[in-house]
Amino acid sequence: MNKDKVLSIRDLSISFQTSAGEVNAIRGVNLDLYQGETLAIVGESGSGKSVTVKAIMGILSGNGKVKSGTIDFTSRKSGEEMKEELLSFSKKEMRRRINGRRIAMVFQDPMTSLNPTMPIGSQIMEGMRYHYKTNKKEAYEKAVKLLDLVGITEPEKRMKSYPHQLSGGMRQRVVIAIALSCDPEILICDEPTTALDVTIQAKILELIKDIQKKTGISVIYITHDLGVVAKVADYVAVMYAGKVVEKGLSEEIFYDPRHPYTWGLLSAMPDLDTHDEVLYTIPGSPFNLLNKTEGDAFAERNRFALNIDYRLEPPMFQVTETHYAATWLLHENAPAVSMPEALKDRIKRMGEEVNSLGGE
Amino acid sequence: MEENRKPLLEVKDLKQHFKLGRKFSIKAVDGVSFRIYPGETYGLVGESGSGKSTIGRSVIRLYQPTSGEVWFQGTKISGKLSPQDTKHLRTNMQMIFQDPMACLNPRKKILDIVAQGLDIHHMYTTTEERAEKVYRILDMVGLSREHANRYPHQFSGGQRQRIGIARALIMEPELIIADEAISALDVSIQAQVVNLMKELQKQTKTAILFIAHDLSMVKYISDRIGVLHLGHLVETGTTEEIFLRPIHPYTRSLLSAIPKPDPVSERSRTAFTYDLKGMGIDYLSGTEHHVEGEHYVLGTDDEVKRWLTDDFLQQ
Repeated sequence: MNKDKVLSIRDLSISFQTSAGEVNAIRGVNLDLYQGETLAIVGESGSGKSVTVKAIMGILSGNGKVKSGTIDFTSRKSGEEMKEELLSFSKKEMRRRINGRRIAMVFQDPMTSLNPTMPIGSQIMEGMRYHYKTNKKEAYEKAVKLLDLVGITEPEKRMKSYPHQLSGGMRQRVVIAIALSCDPEILICDEPTTALDVTIQAKILELIKDIQKKTGISVIYITHDLGVVAKVADYVAVMYAGKVVEKGLSEEIFYDPRHPYTWGLLSAMPDLDTHDEVLYTIPGSPFNLLNKTEGDAFAERNRFALNIDYRLEPPMFQVTETHYAATWLLHENAPAVSMPEALKDRIKRMGEEVNSLGGE
Repeated sequence: MEENRKPLLEVKDLKQHFKLGRKFSIKAVDGVSFRIYPGETYGLVGESGSGKSTIGRSVIRLYQPTSGEVWFQGTKISGKLSPQDTKHLRTNMQMIFQDPMACLNPRKKILDIVAQGLDIHHMYTTTEERAEKVYRILDMVGLSREHANRYPHQFSGGQRQRIGIARALIMEPELIIADEAISALDVSIQAQVVNLMKELQKQTKTAILFIAHDLSMVKYISDRIGVLHLGHLVETGTTEEIFLRPIHPYTRSLLSAIPKPDPVSERSRTAFTYDLKGMGIDYLSGTEHHVEGEHYVLGTDDEVKRWLTDDFLQQ
């Protein structure tokens, strides 16, 4: 492929020392982010999706340790290419050169990421003043422009508002404006809409997409909601127990999922056309990373588990040039197992819908 | 639905205002009426601040309603109650809360948490009977008896929510109020809990008031749905009526905002915007209009007429 890689994570492993023992939160993750595209990382709580991006930002909590791996960041800001290895930076260097400036992050709860004692205008200007030593007047003008960009009406008046005077959706817009203030190359959104209502969620997602179109920024999206993924992502990585179990283009993951865990996630979510009596469920509860595994971590929740799943961890099998899945079911000697009927029906229905749309 | 069926719960013009200082008050719920029949699930949906949780809490008497009446099994339960009525109510109406960690006492064993209702109402004669009752309920919600001697922190989120359900079910209530009972859980666990609630409802014939903001789950579990916005019930009807033929623009904006797991159609779609002021809608001047069957919409005559025309629906 001739697309430019912006971020490339190779063989990343992270563990945390806790009183209960060592937790292997990330166990060998490989991910790529391309210029101007959106990568969505999906998984349940504890699957390691947040830890992955925290490693990118260098904001792992104190007991976290990077055991192996590299994160290569390619910057193309001023025309020339510059390659940097983020894990080799100290925390101080990260703060000065990368965080906020090159890579910005939007967190889940806007109320905790905004300073309640500062007007939002100054909070937007803060990053520019710190990183680029912009003078006050320019910074002010840019802040107004940013507020306008994120869809806040009467931006000049709002500059002096405090966070508590804004609604939840507006606050998240302000947080996005702050993230964009230094023209970063990567925007990381960690569940940006989980704390918001569906109607506002749709607005925020459309806003991020719109901004991406205008500025060509690359976005990493973390969520557990597959509906959100379908709306925003070009590329999807499904994580389970600290590993990427399936990754591929959004179409490939939604129309041709191969990993039983992805099947489960897709079927467990009722869409508006589901009429079945019983929802498909993934049995059991999410994997506890304190336990050491032999074989596939998902095996005990997997209805399609093979004998080998309990003994050997599956490697990534290639399905197409862009689509990979870590399940033994893709091995040439594996029995032919296909996805649950309900899911098959749904995908077929979606296909028909798409065809009918295309025919119009 | 037959006309002569007696409602289990009837809420009539419920208003719940909260005073903020001397001059201001928040009208969290402003004139809501609905009915729940025995054995059915009524879903209440709306955005945050629409008053859905307040309604649940007013019904179970955690709040004193500002005005309006709540009737349960033919007795009025808003206002003062006699000790017998209070007892009757407390055994027959139960609540399941959103955060399964916050609502379980961390210092008590599951056995004691689940049996607390039995203890209070003296519903057993021997300790064996008490334990037996708890084991039976734990079994129903998919936990084993070994779990009874553990503490809440030893359970995962989904299991804790099962304990919450067990605690509500052990009183054999007629009505369970589930306030965002699945919102805090992971997607795969949500499906498990929803299946469990549906299954238990089949066995016990308990009615459920299901409060949530996730429309796709509400659609799946509810027989009838009420859509709330800013303290007003803007539309109510059976699940089919609401989803196949939503009439109120707010309901339509809610439905259009649900993301579908389908990238191709999802990318090109934009959500329908609902603008209360721009559309000139005033909830207070609206009255309830009957559309068909169980389907009611709140609005003035002109508005409803306009919403029902085809041009508007295609917008």
